[in-house]
Amino acid sequence: MVRKAFTLLMLIAVGMMLLGFVMNFTEKTALPEVSSHYIEKGPAELGSANIVTAVVVTYRGLDTLGEVTILFAAAAVVGLLNHLNRNESSIRREGSELLNTASTLLFPLIFLFGAYVFINGHLSPGGGFQGGAIIASGVVLTVLANPNRKIGHRVLSIIESLSGLIYVALGAAGALLIANGFLDNRIIPLGEFGSLFSAGIIPVIYSVIGLKVGSELSSVVITLNGETIEEDAK
Amino acid sequence: MEILFIIISVLTIIMALTAVIVKDRIVAVLAGGAAGLFASILFIIMAAPDVAMTEAAIGSGLTTFIFFFALRKIRSKDNG
Amino acid sequence: MISTIAVSTGSLLVLIGLWGALTNRDIIRMIVGFSIFDVGIHIIMISIGYISGGTAPIISSLSEVGASFVDPVPQALVLTAIVIGLGITAFMLTYAVNMYNKKGTLEIDKFEELKW
Repeated sequence: MVRKAFTLLMLIAVGMMLLGFVMNFTEKTALPEVSSHYIEKGPAELGSANIVTAVVVTYRGLDTLGEVTILFAAAAVVGLLNHLNRNESSIRREGSELLNTASTLLFPLIFLFGAYVFINGHLSPGGGFQGGAIIASGVVLTVLANPNRKIGHRVLSIIESLSGLIYVALGAAGALLIANGFLDNRIIPLGEFGSLFSAGIIPVIYSVIGLKVGSELSSVVITLNGETIEEDAK
Repeated sequence: MEILFIIISVLTIIMALTAVIVKDRIVAVLAGGAAGLFASILFIIMAAPDVAMTEAAIGSGLTTFIFFFALRKIRSKDNG
Repeated sequence: MISTIAVSTGSLLVLIGLWGALTNRDIIRMIVGFSIFDVGIHIIMISIGYISGGTAPIISSLSEVGASFVDPVPQALVLTAIVIGLGITAFMLTYAVNMYNKKGTLEIDKFEELKW
């Protein structure tokens, strides 16, 4: 009874706060100063057609680095908790013939599409996070088709840590050597606006983020699926 | 455009209510994923294609699969 | 107009998600409530950055800069928030599976060690 009253009270409090916010909300007609600077100067400064990509990778690049670190920590804790409380794995029913064939046929195509999405992140909607998620959904497909297949965590962790290292090294190269600060993209020439090889190192950094996010999400999926692989145990 | 927006908003809210009210766990998880999918259409109308892609791939797709993997772990212990 | 509707929708989703997380006694459905809360917050943040009649902040040529675009900063923030949301959901689900392995149930009332 006390709990129900407390729940109701909390909902009413949050509801009043949100109601006040909604009542005073008016649609904006002009951009804030920072955002209009990003939109007006961004393309000429950084050479990226997609402003969201420019904000994620360069202007707020440090936030993205922190975000990727949080994702790594979450994936690591999921793996650790699963390892501590693992139980004897049961043999699961195989996927059907159709699913098996389709997944071997489709996985390379899905991987290619993910790579396309993160390499073109500075030109079109998409980027490292979306491409990584697409690659991870390809991994979901293979896991569904063959639940008993052993997928090594070692390859995933090598890809993950290598791409993290390259990310930080490229950022530090901007700060120490050539450009204006940590994660500045003008280490190499900007190139022609709108072509694939443009915008400095933004495509390189976004591809690295894509590989990192993809391997982290895949390892979360594989761990939650329950087939943790001990290559040296047993 | 506004009528479409209102319809999709109402559908999102209905899906969210279904996810919270319904008794069956699997239906709840599926309705939560559908709410995310409708929300990604809202993002497209609000001129945010990057966010829409992310929400459709991660918020709606992968999250639902992770829920099902966890549910399968729970149920495989239930049976044996 | 569009963003006012979107803010109302987002607020409702936040309330629904909070209600589900607080009143459900089943841990999986509490986590579903949290993920709906997440979606509501994302909709509110995107609609704060919406400009009347704005288009997506993707520029096709350098001379186009004068046109009206929506705010890219909230979009970038929500982009990372969605990915973190997946990590947190996986984290909560792993704890739920572990709690199930300990007690054999997912009813939150059965976990009496949590009471004080």
